[in-house]
Amino acid sequence: MAIASAGFRELRLDGMSRNFGAHNALKEISLTVQRGEFIALLGPSGCGKSTALNCLAGLLSLSDGAIWLDEKRIDTLKPEERGFGMVFQNYALFPHMSVRRNVGFGLQMSGVPKAEIERRVDEALNVVRLTSQGAKLPGQLSGGQQQRVAIARAIAVEPPLVLMDEPLSNLDAKLRLEMRAEIRRIHRLLGSATIYVTHDQDEALSLADRIVVLRDGEVRQIGTPQDLYRRPLHADVAEFMGFRNALPGRLVRRAGEEIEVDCGFAGTIRGQAVDVAGERVVVAIRPADLVPMADGPIQAEVTGLEYRGEAYYGTATGPGGAELYFRTDEPLGVGAAVRLGAPAERTLVYAAGGVG
Amino acid sequence: MSADRRPRRRTLADRGIDGVTLLLLPAALFVVLLFVYPFVYGLLLSFAPKEGGWLGNYSKFFSDPYMYGTIWLTLRLALPVTLLNIALSVPVAMQVRHMKRQRLLTTILVLPITLGTVLVAEGLLNYLGPQGWLNRTLILIGLIDHPIRLVHNYWGVFISLVITGFPFTFLLTLSMISGIDPALEQAAATLGARARSRFRHIVLPLIVPGLAVTFCLAFVDAFSVFPSAVMLGAPAGETRVISFAAAQAAFEQYDYSYASAIAMIMAVVQFGFVGLVLTARGLFYKGPVGGGKG
Amino acid sequence: MESALERLWRTLVWAFVIFFVVNVLAMIATVVINSFGTRWLSSWLPAAFTLRWYASAWKEFQLGDVLLVTFQIAGAVVLLSALIGVPAAYALARRDFPAKPLVIVLFLLPLLVPPITFGIPLATVLYKVGLAGTMWGVIVANLVPTVPFTVILMIPFIEQIDPKVEAAARVFGAGTGRLFIHVLVPLLVPGILAATLLAMVRTVSMFELTFLTAGPSSQTLVVALYYSVFAAGVRAGQSIDAMAVIYMLSTLIWLIVALRFVNPTQIVARVKKSAA
Repeated sequence: MAIASAGFRELRLDGMSRNFGAHNALKEISLTVQRGEFIALLGPSGCGKSTALNCLAGLLSLSDGAIWLDEKRIDTLKPEERGFGMVFQNYALFPHMSVRRNVGFGLQMSGVPKAEIERRVDEALNVVRLTSQGAKLPGQLSGGQQQRVAIARAIAVEPPLVLMDEPLSNLDAKLRLEMRAEIRRIHRLLGSATIYVTHDQDEALSLADRIVVLRDGEVRQIGTPQDLYRRPLHADVAEFMGFRNALPGRLVRRAGEEIEVDCGFAGTIRGQAVDVAGERVVVAIRPADLVPMADGPIQAEVTGLEYRGEAYYGTATGPGGAELYFRTDEPLGVGAAVRLGAPAERTLVYAAGGVG
Repeated sequence: MSADRRPRRRTLADRGIDGVTLLLLPAALFVVLLFVYPFVYGLLLSFAPKEGGWLGNYSKFFSDPYMYGTIWLTLRLALPVTLLNIALSVPVAMQVRHMKRQRLLTTILVLPITLGTVLVAEGLLNYLGPQGWLNRTLILIGLIDHPIRLVHNYWGVFISLVITGFPFTFLLTLSMISGIDPALEQAAATLGARARSRFRHIVLPLIVPGLAVTFCLAFVDAFSVFPSAVMLGAPAGETRVISFAAAQAAFEQYDYSYASAIAMIMAVVQFGFVGLVLTARGLFYKGPVGGGKG
Repeated sequence: MESALERLWRTLVWAFVIFFVVNVLAMIATVVINSFGTRWLSSWLPAAFTLRWYASAWKEFQLGDVLLVTFQIAGAVVLLSALIGVPAAYALARRDFPAKPLVIVLFLLPLLVPPITFGIPLATVLYKVGLAGTMWGVIVANLVPTVPFTVILMIPFIEQIDPKVEAAARVFGAGTGRLFIHVLVPLLVPGILAATLLAMVRTVSMFELTFLTAGPSSQTLVVALYYSVFAAGVRAGQSIDAMAVIYMLSTLIWLIVALRFVNPTQIVARVKKSAA
C-alpha cells in the first residue's frame, strides 16, 4: 500500500489564543478541519498566520483555548508527541544527512524497523519524484528539489495533518507554479488534511478547499475560494482580495441587497450591500471590473496607463481627488477625460470605518 | 615600451593584484620576518648544539627522563583539562543560548581570559590556599574536616587551566551553537525527536567539526601552560611542564640551541595532536549550518 | 510540558554555571580584599583595612616606572599594529588574488601557535640582533601576535562597508590616500577602536613574550607581578596583591571600553571563525 495519512475525523481549534507579552498575536481562533481538507491561512505579514501554524505544530504553547484531534486534546503535547508533518519556509533540511536520511528521520525517531524505513522512504521519494537523488546531501540540490525533500520528509511519517509555512516563498515564479500543482497532487494522494500558510492570494485561491483570512490575529472570514473572491465579507478582506478601488460615500437608497451610493461623482453608484449598517459606506471595485462606459457614473482624468498584454490598466483621479484603478481595451492618453463604471453585481458596498 | 607593458599590468589587475593589494606587504613582511624567520632560525639552531652531532640536542632531550618526562607531565595536564572544558561547555552553551540576557554572563566569563594566567594564578594562591575561602566554605558546610591541599601541586594548575580555559571553549561553543538555524531542531521535533535525540542527531553532528577546532585551540593553549604551572604548581616535580624546561634552558643555562630544540619538540607535539584531530574532523559534515538553501 | 529529568539536568547545568562564576568572582575578590587588609590569616575577612600596601607596593616595585614602561610599550604596539594591520586588512577584505588563502594562514599562525612556542626562537633572534632586553625588543615581540590580530579582526568590519561608498568617493576624485582619510577611517572608527583596545588588553596582559624578551628596565606590569610572586616570601603578600589590583585595573579599563564596540563572544570567536 502506498503512503496514506493516519485516520482521523476532524481537527478542532477551540478559541486558540497566543499572547507575546501584552501583544495578542492570536485572538480566539476557532476552526474545524475535516479529514482530506486543504485549508489556507491567508493574510498580510504580521497577521498571526505563522503563529497559528507554530501553535498547531506545538512549537509555541497556547495562552488560551484548546486544540482537539477527534476526542484527544493535543495542545498540551510537545511537538514531538503530535505526529504532524511540517514543511518549513526555508525547508530546514538537516544539512549533514543525505536526502534518504532526512526523509527517514521521522520514521527512525518513532522506532520503525530499518527495512520498513527504507521501503517508506522509497515511497515518499517516489511521491515527490526524487527517487534518483537519495544519496545526495541537501546542499547539492536545487531549491525546488530541496522543497520536494522537505515535503517527502513531512509525509513519510504518514501524518494526519501536514502543516506548510509559506513553502513556496523561496522559489522563483516558474517553479512556484509547478510546485503548487505538485502540492495539490500530493495532498489528494495522501488524503490527509493540510494547513497551508501564505500571504499570496493566488496561491490560496488555487490550492485551498477553504481559506481562512486572518488580520491582526483575528479570523476575518472563512470560506471557499469562490466565496472569498466574489464576496469578501468585510472591506479589509475585500481590499486584500484585490478590490483596489475603495470609494467612500453616502447611502442613497437601499432595497434588500440592491443599493445606491453617492460618492460625489456625477451619478450614483449601484452595487450590492454586503456589510452595511448606517449611512456612511465604502464602495469596493476590482480594477478589472472598472471600465470606461458612455454612461459611467464616475468621471475622472487619466493619470497613467500601463500595458499588460490582455488589456491596459490605468490610474485616474476623480473630482474629489479619489485614486481610481481601471481597465481599458483602448489606449487612453494621460490627461484624457474618461467616464468609468462597473457592473452592479460586482460592486460591493461595506460600512465605512469597519476595518479592524 | 609602454605599449608592451600595458597588457601585463591589466592581467595582474585582473588577478586582483594592484596598488591596494600592495597594502598587504608591510604586514606580510612583518610576519615573515618576525614569525616565520625566527621559527626557521630556531629550527636550524636546534640542529647546531653546543656539543655533539647535529641531533645532539634531541638525543640529549630524549635520553634524560627528567626532560622527556615533561612531555608526559604536560599532556597529563593539558589533555584532561581540555576534554573537561569542552565537555562542560557543550551542555552549558545548550542552556545559555536560550537565555535572553547572555551579555552579563559572557562578560563575567571573559574576565579570566582577559586577566591572564599570571593574575589567575596569584588569585588562586590565596583563594585555594589552606586558609582560603574555598577550603573555609567546604569545612563550614561539612564536606571536609581539614583543608585540602590545592596549591603547589597538580590540582592547583588543573583548576587554573579550567578557570582560564572553560570560558574560552564555552564562548567558542556558544557562538557555534547559536549559529545553528533553530528551524532544524524544530523540524526534528515535529518529526518526533525528543530533546535528547535532537541533540544527538542534529546539534552534535553539526558542531563536531567546530568542537574539533575548539579542541585544537584549547589544547595547544593548555599544552603551553607556563606561569600558572610555576606559580601554582610544583615546577620541580609533578607540574614540570615542557615550556618551563625550555625557559630554564634559555634563561638559566643560556643554551639557546637546546631551548630552541625543546620549543620545536613542543611544537611537534602540538601540531601532532592538531593534525590528528583535524584529520578525524575530515570525516564529518562541515558545510553551512544556517539551514535554507545552499 | 517538561519532564522531571530534563528539569533536573537544567538545574545541574545552571548550578555549575553559578558555581563557576561565584568562584571566579570570589578569586578576584580575594585579591582585592587582601590588598586592603592589614592582616588576614585564619579568618573570613582581614582584621582591619588599610591603604598602606598600595604605598609600599608603589615604592617597593617601582610601580610608577613599571606603569610608565607598560603604557609606553602598549601604546607603541597599538599604534604600530593599527598602522600596519588596518591597510593589510583592507587589502584582504577588498581584493581576491590567488595567494589569498595562504596569506590568511600566514596571519592566523601567530594567533594559533602559543606565544611560548614561537617566543623562544623569537627571543633568540632578538638577542642575536641586540634588541632583546630593550623596550623596542618587547614592542617588536608583542607586535608579532597583535598585527595579525588587528588584521583578522578588521576584515569583517571593512567587508561590511559597501564598496559603492568607495566607488562614489573615487568618482568624485578621491585618490587612495584621501579615500582612506576622508571616507574609510571615519566609517571604520568603531572597528579600529575595538581592534586597538583589544590589542591594548592583549599587550598589557601578554606575559610569555614580554617575559622572554624583557630586560630589567623593560618589564611590563604582568612580568613584574610574576617575578614578585616567584620571589614571594621576601615581600608581604598584600603588597603583591596591591600590585595585582593595579594590574587588573590597567587591563579591565580597556576591556570595558572595548566591550562597547564588540560583544564578549566575538573577542574569542572572531579568530576562530576565520580559522574554521
